[in-house]
Amino acid sequence: MNTPSLILPFLALILSPLLVGIVNRTKAFFAGRTGQPLFQLYFDLAKLLRKGAVYSKTTSWIFRAGPVVQLAAAITALFVLPWGGASAPFHFNGDLILLAYLMGLMRFFTVLAALDTGSAFEGMGASREVQFSALAEPALLVGLAAAAHAGHDHIAPPLGNFQGALSLSGIYSSLSMDAWLSSGPALLMVAGALFVVFLAENSRIPFDDPNTHLELTMIHEVMILDHGGPDLAMILYGASLKMWLLGSLTAGLIVPVRTGNAWLDASAVFAGLCFLALLTGVVESTMARLRLLRVPQLLVSAGFLSTLALILLLWR
Amino acid sequence: MSLLLLAVALLGFSGLCSLLLGGKRSGANTLGAAGGVVGSLVGILPAIQVLRTGTTATFYHPWNVPYGSFFLQIDALSAFFLLPIFLLSALAALYGRQYMESTPGGKNLGAFWFFFNLLIAGMALVVTARNGILFLMVWEVMSLASFFLVTFENEKESVRRAGWTYLAATHLGTAFLFVLFFLLGRESGAVLLDFDSFSGAGSRVSHVADVAFFLGLVGFGTKAGFVPFHVWLPEAHPAAPSHVSAVMSGAMIKTGIYGILRLLTLLGTPTPGWGWALLAMGLVSGILGVLFALAQHDIKRLLAYHSVENMGIITLGVGLGVLGMSSGHPALAALGFGGGLLHVVNHALFKGLLFLGAGVVLHETGTGELEHLGGLMKKMPWTAGTFLVGAAAISGLPPLNGFVSEFLLYLGALGSIEAQTMAPAGFLVIVGLALIGGLAAACFTKAFGTVFLGEPRSEHALRGHEPGRSMLLPMVLLSLFCALIGLCAPFVIGALCPAVSILTSMPFPRVESLLSPAKAPLLWVSVGGILFLVLAAGLAGLCRRLLARRRVEQAGTWDCGYVKPTARMQYTASSFAQPLTRMFDGILRTRESLDRPEGLFPVYAALKTEPRDLFNDLVYRPLFLGVEWLALRLRWLQEGHVQLYVLYIALTLLALLIWNLS
Amino acid sequence: MRLLVDALIVLLILTNLRLVASSHLAACIYVVALQGLVLGLLPLLVGTDPLTLRACVLSGLTMVLKGIIFPWLLLRALRAVQVRKEMEPLVGYTTSLLVGAVLLALAMWFGRRLPLPVSEASPLMVPLALFTIMIGLFAIVSRRKALTQVLGYLVMENGIYAFGLTFAREEPLLVELGTLLDIFMAVFVMGITIFHISREFDHIDTDRLSLLKD
Repeated sequence: MNTPSLILPFLALILSPLLVGIVNRTKAFFAGRTGQPLFQLYFDLAKLLRKGAVYSKTTSWIFRAGPVVQLAAAITALFVLPWGGASAPFHFNGDLILLAYLMGLMRFFTVLAALDTGSAFEGMGASREVQFSALAEPALLVGLAAAAHAGHDHIAPPLGNFQGALSLSGIYSSLSMDAWLSSGPALLMVAGALFVVFLAENSRIPFDDPNTHLELTMIHEVMILDHGGPDLAMILYGASLKMWLLGSLTAGLIVPVRTGNAWLDASAVFAGLCFLALLTGVVESTMARLRLLRVPQLLVSAGFLSTLALILLLWR
Repeated sequence: MSLLLLAVALLGFSGLCSLLLGGKRSGANTLGAAGGVVGSLVGILPAIQVLRTGTTATFYHPWNVPYGSFFLQIDALSAFFLLPIFLLSALAALYGRQYMESTPGGKNLGAFWFFFNLLIAGMALVVTARNGILFLMVWEVMSLASFFLVTFENEKESVRRAGWTYLAATHLGTAFLFVLFFLLGRESGAVLLDFDSFSGAGSRVSHVADVAFFLGLVGFGTKAGFVPFHVWLPEAHPAAPSHVSAVMSGAMIKTGIYGILRLLTLLGTPTPGWGWALLAMGLVSGILGVLFALAQHDIKRLLAYHSVENMGIITLGVGLGVLGMSSGHPALAALGFGGGLLHVVNHALFKGLLFLGAGVVLHETGTGELEHLGGLMKKMPWTAGTFLVGAAAISGLPPLNGFVSEFLLYLGALGSIEAQTMAPAGFLVIVGLALIGGLAAACFTKAFGTVFLGEPRSEHALRGHEPGRSMLLPMVLLSLFCALIGLCAPFVIGALCPAVSILTSMPFPRVESLLSPAKAPLLWVSVGGILFLVLAAGLAGLCRRLLARRRVEQAGTWDCGYVKPTARMQYTASSFAQPLTRMFDGILRTRESLDRPEGLFPVYAALKTEPRDLFNDLVYRPLFLGVEWLALRLRWLQEGHVQLYVLYIALTLLALLIWNLS
Repeated sequence: MRLLVDALIVLLILTNLRLVASSHLAACIYVVALQGLVLGLLPLLVGTDPLTLRACVLSGLTMVLKGIIFPWLLLRALRAVQVRKEMEPLVGYTTSLLVGAVLLALAMWFGRRLPLPVSEASPLMVPLALFTIMIGLFAIVSRRKALTQVLGYLVMENGIYAFGLTFAREEPLLVELGTLLDIFMAVFVMGITIFHISREFDHIDTDRLSLLKD
């Protein structure tokens, strides 16, 4: 464990709301609006943290536990997340599973908090959330397995002795330019799959429209209708951390800068993240939301891309 | 060993006493439950001793039954199954005393406890028996005892039907086991059907081993509830009293897994085909189990289907282990078997917990129908809290125990892909586990959300209140165990090693060195879990402090402009699951009948969905109808004349004679 | 070079999937056109020896026919019959994707098992060819519209073409040209037939044509 890897998670804590800002600025640019400031989410969080709260009479402690649990899970996940070549403070074989399941934990409690209000709308959003995430999870895990394989292509270690090759930090530190040159198509497909998962899990168009005005069509926004004050702040912040988590997984893949200097690598990944946010903004501006019935298809396609990448890599 | 015999004797004796006391309800009830608790607690001791010291305890006594001997042995594998069996049984017995008090007056509680304690003893003997005849006998005792427990409320038509389904299924399974043991006995050529003598049977002629494996897979698979042999499970579990369901689902169906594992140790080096068969079975059971569970409206049926799913996960691990062994990758074998075995214990803990919780709901509100419940969180906070732990654990979420066993399986699968050994298997396991995990989370948010959260949906749900301490204590203990395994993950590896070393037939130090690389990740998993808990506590404290001096109001749920939201406007369990069930409708075939709202001011509208079981509808019902048809066609054979029957016997003997002489 | 071939093969696999996952008929035609173009490129890359005139002619002709002329014909037919979407396919789109995944796995397995010479260009060639043939068959089986079935037929032919590429690069030019001509005629005829079916029955659903059996 070295100094950069200790500091980086805290940097992520500070920087993550910026991503949402970039997405919104991009959308404003495309729509020809002035748009909200880049740091709007910071202002929102500060404002919400100063407020009181209103709780529904229907709710129980689950409703209050929801935001806390999801933020805690997101922060925990940050500690296994590498910034490209810069490794995470905790890295161990299989930490990608922990990351994926911590996001599962976030979702579990967000959904329960939504159901706790007894509102039809929030139930509807929760129902969609669990459906889509159940399909996104295989795509994510298989994609990461493929990425693990792409990095260490020529050495097949004896099973059981991986020396961190199955940790996110191990996987991402090996995804250098060489890996792209030797297995570019596969990595491109993994990147595509991860990007789809990124959009789906962060409730972005074409899966969900964060700015829609009709509760009936929302997914994530409708689940948190009843939260307010510090609770809402925690949810918004947790969501931006989730965006950072999945975004880093994608950006670390598409930015193959592995200099060995943790700060340089990390800044490259941060640039990649900003680019990803920009791309998300472009996607949101140019695409329409998919019909809900078509969403599973896109997620299954993402799973397929991951699978295809894995097959391609195993076939070499 | 003597402790195990003592435990069995205690169980039998207390069961008999309470049977004799049958007339005096409360006496029989207390005595039976106490016998169950004490007997089980005594039985845990030898299991712990074997696991700790790594020794094997044996008891041998000749028996004048043909081929039989009274041969019991506790090795690490047996001990590993004895542990959840006795632990869960003890807690279920404790819970059961109060649960049974409220049963209607005419019921004989003495008989109930007799069979309950018999079931515990039967399970314990099944996993320790080392003789084919003895095994089949205690297997049958276990099955029959559980049959009588399932049909305890036999005044209900549905319970009787469930009982018959169970009886038929379990005997079909046993039939396969009969053939299995006699086949093995014939091949080994030994006088007694002792397990020790089987070990050479498989290796001599390879297809004998294949046939034996297939017989075992079907026979034991029926007990374990693998798809497509699972049909008895969703019938029997809801019919039984809840603590019986907990024991049956948490412990009894594990004897099926135990049987397969024990068979594998007898058959020698496995072939890859077996591994693939197990993997396919696990994948199908896991995914279909959770899909069927999603479509259910009844909480106990839902849990029963989840047992099918979890048996699938365990089998995925076993399949991975067998593939690792057959392809000569001991590390994969160790991780696969290790993950599978750990999931056996984990499933016993959280499924027991969930069934006990469902029992409380059923007991207090009088209904297990999800759509009639709701808002129980406020009325029974302890039950709800423990149920939540169980729900999160079964969905495989950190920092609980379900995550640890799935983590081991993932590690094996990722490793197999990385090292390019059995990569397709690893891929299938990853996809399967990820999909199962996501769907299970969907299913348990649905179950927990509709039962405990929101507003009460009917009169039933208004009635609920917290049960007595003796019912709560087992649930609290089980949820503590769930958390403990999750937070002390590295230590479980040590407990797994002896059993894995038996399964892989590798020496103990070798297994230890193979599994020790998994220790560091598990340590970090635990650290992550603790970090998460600390963070959550800190954030909760922060939130509380922030709100301390501010205005915190209570209001109605904001329902997008509706002024008076009612409980009926809540999202129902069926609607919650509908997108997923619709997506997999090709498999689920849920029957829907819809009365559309009509006119500008509709008064009436109704949607009725009836979950079905594909295998029941497409395989078993036609099969049994066919058998019935055949039986009716053959009725002329049976006219009721004694002469005719004698003629049949004579003809059979004659035919046998001719066949033998020719 | 190897990387490029791999990339093209992946692209071909993805076009196959897009075909079974899309409901827009026009999109399907464009996908098949893309597949034709990419397939036309392959012979130029597969060979290790310097480019021959023959390979160039073959490649060019394939690209023009499969990538431009056939799609154009089909698009014209599509405009004529005024159908935009494949409604109610016999197998749903998400299911089709899963079926596609199973077919791909099967193709991979066959590719390992079949006693075929491994193409030196890429070991994925044989699986790709098998997969393309299977997808073509699947499209014919699972869709109702005559136009999708024509597309399935085209894709199947593409698969056979890819199969030929894998091990018999020295196929006589004449045979290739003959095959191309055959397909050309077939597509031409089918285009006309679709138009006539549509004019006669107001739809191009082939499963409803079974009423004509009497």
